[in-house]
Amino acid sequence: MAAEIAAGTERRKRKPGAFAQFKLAFTGLRREETIAGYLFLLPNLVGFIVFMLFPIFFAFYIMLTDWSLAKAPEFVGLKNFETMVNDRLFWKSLGNSFYYTFVAVPTGIFIAFWLALALNRKMRGIIFFRTIYFLPQITLTVAAATIWRWIYQPEIGMINHILEIFGIDGPKWIHDTKWAMPSVIIMSNWQGIGFAMLILLAGLQGIPEEYYEAASIDGASGWQRMRFVTLPMLSPAIFFVVVTSLIGAFQSFDQFYVLTEGGPAHATTPLTLYIFQNAFSFFKMGYGAALAAVLFVIILIITIIQWHLAKRWVFGFEED
Amino acid sequence: MATASARKGSLFGQKQTKILTDLVLYVVLSVVGIIFILPFAWMVANSFKDIRGIYTYPPTFIPEVWQPENYVEAWTMTYFDLGFLNSAIVAAAVVLGQLFTASLAGYAFARLRFPGRDKIFLLYISLMMLPFIVLMIPLYVQMRAFGWVSTLQAVIVPFLFTPWGTFMMRQFMVTIPRELEDAARIDGCGFFRTYWLIILPLTKPALATLAIFTFVNTWNMFLWPLIILGKPKVKTLPLILASLQNQSGMRTPWHLIMAAATFVVIPVLMAFVLGQKYYVRGIVTSGIKGGG
Repeated sequence: MAAEIAAGTERRKRKPGAFAQFKLAFTGLRREETIAGYLFLLPNLVGFIVFMLFPIFFAFYIMLTDWSLAKAPEFVGLKNFETMVNDRLFWKSLGNSFYYTFVAVPTGIFIAFWLALALNRKMRGIIFFRTIYFLPQITLTVAAATIWRWIYQPEIGMINHILEIFGIDGPKWIHDTKWAMPSVIIMSNWQGIGFAMLILLAGLQGIPEEYYEAASIDGASGWQRMRFVTLPMLSPAIFFVVVTSLIGAFQSFDQFYVLTEGGPAHATTPLTLYIFQNAFSFFKMGYGAALAAVLFVIILIITIIQWHLAKRWVFGFEED
Repeated sequence: MATASARKGSLFGQKQTKILTDLVLYVVLSVVGIIFILPFAWMVANSFKDIRGIYTYPPTFIPEVWQPENYVEAWTMTYFDLGFLNSAIVAAAVVLGQLFTASLAGYAFARLRFPGRDKIFLLYISLMMLPFIVLMIPLYVQMRAFGWVSTLQAVIVPFLFTPWGTFMMRQFMVTIPRELEDAARIDGCGFFRTYWLIILPLTKPALATLAIFTFVNTWNMFLWPLIILGKPKVKTLPLILASLQNQSGMRTPWHLIMAAATFVVIPVLMAFVLGQKYYVRGIVTSGIKGGG
């Protein structure tokens, strides 16, 4: 036993192999800790492998097949991706995903930024307002979309009624191909703004008061303090909100499914809904998995671009 | 930003300007607040109307005919009570399961030394942001193979573990002073007893954060139940709520749908109001609002 340990330490000096290290972990005093470590991890790891790692690898196989679940899968290579090129609805839904994401995210963050600024002040009742603004975020999207679907009704809806008081003849909102997407975006921002607001608020609260005092002494105007103190100091929080919101927006599903059901005339069918329809309405598992892979790659590329751009504008951002 | 108050030579004194900006801010914040609250108020107000009141034009905010029976009718509507039970079972099981698996694994990652630990941890972090949409098709096929389609375990078991929660637990446990455990270990406590008696009580704030987060996310979960829960008897509340408005036929019974929506929203709003502190901390430290 002693010789074994001695041999082990001897080998360690010469960078032991993975297996030797592994064996070493099961000897002597560390034995108990090693076993405990694996046991503690076990429930989590089993779930992780069965319900996450395995499906990922399985997805790679499914996207290369033609599979309706009724019959055995037929291996077709990259045919699903070829189909995509000529699939008009694929391009339409891809465009919709981009339209939704790149309008909803910037407008949402813009509004959230001003709300966070307004809330970052020592006043009575600030917590009350913060809670109110955050409530829609907690509400399940299905319920929120249900309420809004009714609010948007052209004849009996609340919005058009309010517009009418001001003498405006409101559009048909979710029933109009031009207005359907803006309707979803308005509802989504109403619901989701609390998240961005909260993170930006936390960022603002982390800016030391002295920086503003120093800027004031140097004669900086309100705008200059915003430009040269607030924005640079807040840039990490803004970056974080931008990245997570973009990822989230590309994955949005619930509001499209409930509020507009993708219509009218596919005007609000994003890629997520199109994947869902292919897989679970038409039972084209292979094509659905291929579409999902495309969505994943898009999210990945956009995130990578964000990290590269971050070097230019995010304060203290370093690549590691 | 006390912009106005710092400006020299303004018309008012500093104190007056502060009061004035506060006042303007209050008005702006209130107007925005009304926009945020109005859809909820509209939901509650209309849940008390009768069907005529719903379709009256121009609509009134206060119901002309009060009909609180809507809530009874909404509750007894197609499997709604069963849906409530299903949702409660799923939420409770997932919350308890995640607290257990995440805290155990978090402890292993934070404190115990064993080969491969850091590599496994890295794998966890890298898959934390994996979109569920990538998993849903293979997972569905897998559930079919297990024979779990239209069963509650299909919405429970795959969600009993959480990379994000594990990560959060690990980050929290690393900050707990080691001396406390060392004392327990010297007194002859095994690893599990140390975890159970020393670490877990100290981890309460992080556990509370994870519990509230998971409860809200599970209660609101829609896409996966929509895929996997086909039979009416196993449907969770969001599914039932979504299907109510698609009933074809006469005029949509919005008053009942609004009463049902109020029922569904209340538990999450209560969870949030009770645990706001922990929920907000979870968002700020990790910035993840899970999906699924």
